[in-house]
Amino acid sequence: MLIKKILLSSFTALGLLLVANVSQALTAEQQKGLDISTEAKKRDLGWQDSTADMLMLLRNKQGQESVREIKIKSLEVDNDGDKSLTIFNKPRDVKGTAFLSFSHPITADDQWLFLPALKRVKRISSRNKSGPFMGSEFAFEDLSSFEIEKYRYKYLGVEVINGVNAFKVEQYPVDENSGYTRRIVWIDTVEYRTHKIDFYDRKDSLLKTLTFSDYKQYLAKHWRADNQLMINHQNGKSTKLQWRNYVFKTGLKDSDFNRNSLKRAR
Amino acid sequence: MPLAYQVKPIPIIVAITVVIITLLGTSLQAVEVEFEASGNIALEQRYFFKEGLYPQQLNHSQSSLLFEPELYWQWNSGNDSVIFTPFYRLDSADITRSHSDIRELAYIHAGDDWELRLGIRKEFWGVTEFQHLVDVINQTDGVEDFDGEDKLGQQMLNLSLVNDWGIVDVFLLPGFRERTYPGKKGRLRSPVVVDEDNVNYESSAGKQHLDLALRWAHSVGDFDLGAYWFHGTNREAYLTPSSENTLQQYYVQMDQLGVDVQATLGDWLWKFEGIYRSTTQQDFWASQVGFEYSFIGLFESALDLGILMEHSWDSRGEASISEQSSLLQNDVFFGARLAFNDMQSSELLMGFSSDLNHTAYSFLIEANRRFGDDIIISVDVRLLQTNDEQDLLYALRSDDHAQFAVAWYF
Repeated sequence: MLIKKILLSSFTALGLLLVANVSQALTAEQQKGLDISTEAKKRDLGWQDSTADMLMLLRNKQGQESVREIKIKSLEVDNDGDKSLTIFNKPRDVKGTAFLSFSHPITADDQWLFLPALKRVKRISSRNKSGPFMGSEFAFEDLSSFEIEKYRYKYLGVEVINGVNAFKVEQYPVDENSGYTRRIVWIDTVEYRTHKIDFYDRKDSLLKTLTFSDYKQYLAKHWRADNQLMINHQNGKSTKLQWRNYVFKTGLKDSDFNRNSLKRAR
Repeated sequence: MPLAYQVKPIPIIVAITVVIITLLGTSLQAVEVEFEASGNIALEQRYFFKEGLYPQQLNHSQSSLLFEPELYWQWNSGNDSVIFTPFYRLDSADITRSHSDIRELAYIHAGDDWELRLGIRKEFWGVTEFQHLVDVINQTDGVEDFDGEDKLGQQMLNLSLVNDWGIVDVFLLPGFRERTYPGKKGRLRSPVVVDEDNVNYESSAGKQHLDLALRWAHSVGDFDLGAYWFHGTNREAYLTPSSENTLQQYYVQMDQLGVDVQATLGDWLWKFEGIYRSTTQQDFWASQVGFEYSFIGLFESALDLGILMEHSWDSRGEASISEQSSLLQNDVFFGARLAFNDMQSSELLMGFSSDLNHTAYSFLIEANRRFGDDIIISVDVRLLQTNDEQDLLYALRSDDHAQFAVAWYF
């Protein structure tokens, strides 16, 4: 255990060295872009764990709607990506299906799926980042936790959005499996909350726009938007996310994120 | 046409579970219990392209009504729960196929690093898709379908211990379940029906033999590993002709060691399942190895295509039907799964298997899609062919069929 800790800390030190080395080569715009995103991430640290209910409203070009009802439990992990347990309640035919993910900043995430009809836990490939989540306009990568190492950055300037000043930062995904060449993110200059993201597809044309609204602050620190709207400009479809019942520091532990908890997740 | 089903005697562990639930229930009045009911009702229509080979078999059409509700109670922040999942099928043609079962009736308590599960449950082991070699806890509900995917509920006491080095599961399995087989009128069966009242056991304890299983499972980086030892009644029966022109079932005792490994490497899933089974009749090895590869976002669309290939091997080699099944002694399987990733979760599955030692193949195609919020419609077509009288498929050579199903989820 001790050896593991020493190893971990030396890896962290090595990681910092690498980051330090890379940062020396950054231009002023790149450095500022990185700094803004790092500050946004830093301001949200220390949430420990959270639970929330997510309602997903899918809408196609003809206006037909479909609902997804999902519960998400998350655990903050120091020096690594977060752990999360996603539990599906609607559509009814997938009720009881649960998804366990250990995200990692650089290496591939570990993901398992529990299929209730067969009582089967299946390890799945985490390469699928660009694919649609539950038939929605959100890709898997749009819903995974934000980690600094997942992007390279460029500061583009300040713009007014939703009546507040916001940094405009361009983010380039590091992972070659990403469905995007870049994202442009608007982060407000006071609270460092994300207000809008433009997604550019592999051909670098504007694919989607995600807007965040009705931000609420939890534990006098963590900002979460109640509503998110993703509009796909290319196919005319949209998906609305409504977040409810956000609770932080509920006491979730590492043991709430394993194969056993995946099987009994509700 | 008369419809009938048999009510099986309530096993002891069900009675125990009911008592525990009742006791918990009375001590629970101060506790907040959350209750949830869900499930599905489905209508299935099968159509066999050819008439039955054996005199009493139904000719072309078979309809079924299925009902599988799930009742769930939880309290103590979900650390205590009770689940009850009865199952019922009403079949228009085969009275043996009209049957009921308790798929689950169990109490589960979760501690920090352990879990206790008591009652009737379903436990799945394994990683491969075309054959579930290492999956031994539950008996196959063979009257449901001929693919062996459906399982009967198994009584158990299961203690699960979570450690840094993996999860250890201890199982005590009282009350053996006999396999279900199609009746005289049923299709997809052997020429002679299996007599469900003519059952013998090697163990003097018969179906009351207490089976044991010990399993370890762990994830190390990209590898998911599992290994177990099972000691108890073999879930597969030896079938031998009886004087009444039926097949009688004989269940022997077995010791089985099993290993399952999956390596998840980028878009590739590499899979291995292996068993060593020892009985008084014979000892043998068998394996199922293969891979699954995913093409994400086919042709810059939202479509995903998964390609699967597996091979099965059995040290017993080719055997006749009357001997215990070594039907997958050298067979290959190909599969393709096309997911449209649309709002309706449309999906297309294809499977092909072939025996490499003689001419025998089976082909299946399955399409399903959601309509509205909670209706799933699926269409299956299965074709089975062989010229070899030794192959099990020979008995099913006239059983090519299509199945249409509508399921309502609530």
